[in-house]
Amino acid sequence: MTSTSASSLSPAAAPARSRAGRLAGPAVFVGVLAVALGVLPAVLEPFRLNLVAQYLCFAIVGLGIAVAWGRGGMLVLGQGVFFGLGGYAMGMYLTLERVSSDPLSGGVPDFMSWSGISELPLLWRPFAHPAVAIATAVLLPGLVAALLGWAVFRQRVRGAYFAILNQALAAAFVILLINQQHLTGGTNGLTRFPTLFGASLYSADTKRWVYVAVVLVAALVYLAFRQVVRSRYGALLVAVRDGEDRVRFLGYDPTWVKTLAYTLSAMAAGVGGALFVVVMGIIAPSSLGIVPSLMMVLAVAIGGRFSLAGAALGAVLMNAAETAFSESFAGGWTYLQGALFVLVIVFAPRGLAGIAESAAGWWRSRRQPQGSSQ
Amino acid sequence: MITVRRGGVAVSLLAAAALMLSGCSGGTADDSEDTVKVGMLHSLSGTMAISEVTVRDAVKLAIDEINADGGVLGRQIEPIEEDGASEPAVFAEKAEKLLQSDGVATVFGGWTSASRQAMLPVFEGNNGLLWYPVQYEGLESSPNIVYTGATTNQQIIPALDYLREQGYTKLYLVGSDYVFPRTANQIITAYAKAHDMEIVAEEYTPLGHTEYSTIANAIASSDADAVFNTLNGDSNVSFFQQLRSAGVGPEDVPVLSVSVAEEEVGGIGTDNIAGHLVAWNYYQTTDTPANAEFVAAFQEAYGEDRVTSDPMQSAYNAVYLWKAAVEKAGSFEVDAVREALDGITLDAPEGTITIDGATQHVYKIARIGQIGEDGLITEVWNSGEPIKPDPYLEGYDWAADL
Repeated sequence: MTSTSASSLSPAAAPARSRAGRLAGPAVFVGVLAVALGVLPAVLEPFRLNLVAQYLCFAIVGLGIAVAWGRGGMLVLGQGVFFGLGGYAMGMYLTLERVSSDPLSGGVPDFMSWSGISELPLLWRPFAHPAVAIATAVLLPGLVAALLGWAVFRQRVRGAYFAILNQALAAAFVILLINQQHLTGGTNGLTRFPTLFGASLYSADTKRWVYVAVVLVAALVYLAFRQVVRSRYGALLVAVRDGEDRVRFLGYDPTWVKTLAYTLSAMAAGVGGALFVVVMGIIAPSSLGIVPSLMMVLAVAIGGRFSLAGAALGAVLMNAAETAFSESFAGGWTYLQGALFVLVIVFAPRGLAGIAESAAGWWRSRRQPQGSSQ
Repeated sequence: MITVRRGGVAVSLLAAAALMLSGCSGGTADDSEDTVKVGMLHSLSGTMAISEVTVRDAVKLAIDEINADGGVLGRQIEPIEEDGASEPAVFAEKAEKLLQSDGVATVFGGWTSASRQAMLPVFEGNNGLLWYPVQYEGLESSPNIVYTGATTNQQIIPALDYLREQGYTKLYLVGSDYVFPRTANQIITAYAKAHDMEIVAEEYTPLGHTEYSTIANAIASSDADAVFNTLNGDSNVSFFQQLRSAGVGPEDVPVLSVSVAEEEVGGIGTDNIAGHLVAWNYYQTTDTPANAEFVAAFQEAYGEDRVTSDPMQSAYNAVYLWKAAVEKAGSFEVDAVREALDGITLDAPEGTITIDGATQHVYKIARIGQIGEDGLITEVWNSGEPIKPDPYLEGYDWAADL
């Protein structure tokens, strides 16, 4: 088996790779996982560990965006909606866990009793079961994206129109959440979760376990999407991105190809949102409107949308930079963040992964100058 | 076939690991002998920054004054400042950072209800102590928060009493769409029912909304004799401008606002709002010796053109109340400070205030003010005695159903 498969995206990549080169990727993956699970929990205080878990939630969202946007060419500017669906599903379970253990609550969350509701609404009842909440957090975003995607891709809505549609969806979702205050908690969102499955969410032990769970989920999503993009379907997706009409002419239906990628990206966003609630202890409309949705895509642009690892790294990097900047310069850190965006986009249009790739290509071509003549 | 490029993976994942490690700046709860760390957590960026920065300035002024005066229990206060970025989730994150990573003795911060509710579980989970300086919707009493602004029975209900005394019986309710206006309007509706007043309409607009001509015209053509305004932030600018354009002046239908203070009057434009009413517990013009000193000190520190407002004053008081509680307890420990809270009094700019230990709210005088041509607010009515805080409105029969 010779790996002569060079990507159409990076002509600089060498066509032939050594055995060591082929094993480097998996070795790094295992190494990063070992550091994440073995080293970080030992050296970071619980608060910092929790922050890393938060970054990884956005990395999971980023992996989905890399599939839909990087591979499928769909500019998904409304991932906040799916992030929110996952987050609220999990948040509803956590809210009910508190309510059921608090005899003073009268069986309903406080924001409902303020609105004069004394009996738990039908919509909320299934979420008393964690399995229902988790399944909803993963499947509902997928279902919504599948229906929406199928409807719009069939009509050949694409490009800027699809991006605008997604933005409008995010705006509408936020308005819906705020208006339905008696069901959603309004602008305050859902918060005040003392426990997860009976364990205090604010103990160092629980935080460590939550972190481990987030790392494992992120790794699983990465591996799963890696299989997807390397499969025949992944090739078809790229073909649709680069020439939808040509693919249609060849007898494939681009509608379902795109719908599937959109659905996968929505499910990833839902998973990220559900984990985010557990990590941060809050989900509010301001975390999933137009601006947060843009930031999710921007992070992927910075990391490199054509690479799964790049997308995940972009999310981690951007959020870590936000923390670092805002802690060092409490006033004015947003300028630094803006400057970082501009620098990366101007000097590395394919993101950080693009830089890494070019560097690796350059290094290889120096070692075997004749190999780079592809 | 498409492959993920391994070189890229390797480099980027290594970079990620390096970055995570570098993210862990060492901030341990180191109790050095001559300083005590406190947190300041306000929105310095985002939509709320314009309001919250004024509160931050007031907190900083109090800290500087106390430090110049020898500190607390012989220790200088070392403020650690974080930006809540007008985002509830960021408030929760930064609160956790201050409590766990910096090990602060207490935190001063928050403005919106959303930010307070986001921080609440963090303070309860880590047994911290938050001083929250803004009037709010009540229905809360956390052992880990001290509320130095008014609760509803110290602002909304006195405002209704005032309107009723003045003979206004038909109210038009306008508010931003979030928990404070909605809760306030529920209280207003229950009050109206019990006191033979009529609610003509109840309108909500999203935060940041700027199109009010429809509502302004509806007010002009309705038979309402007063407007109760719970709009927040920028919306007030458009609302008052468009109300004036619709020909509604303070002599026809006065608007009583509960979220418009001295700081906002300048932005709205004095022309648009002069003559209308507001309800607070403090104005820059409040005539007490402590206020004369506070206003002078504030303007000396930040400029002659700066105004002082109720939330700023409540935040300024919070630092002094905390100092008094720490000195009474003889300790910076949260549990000891909480024990010491009950009965702490302070000669504040708004008059003598006292902490009610049971609710961790503050006894306050309610004041109705009228906005003048100079942009300052003059008191036209006050409650005389400081009102006992009653966040759950347990002392009001008509509020039993809320």
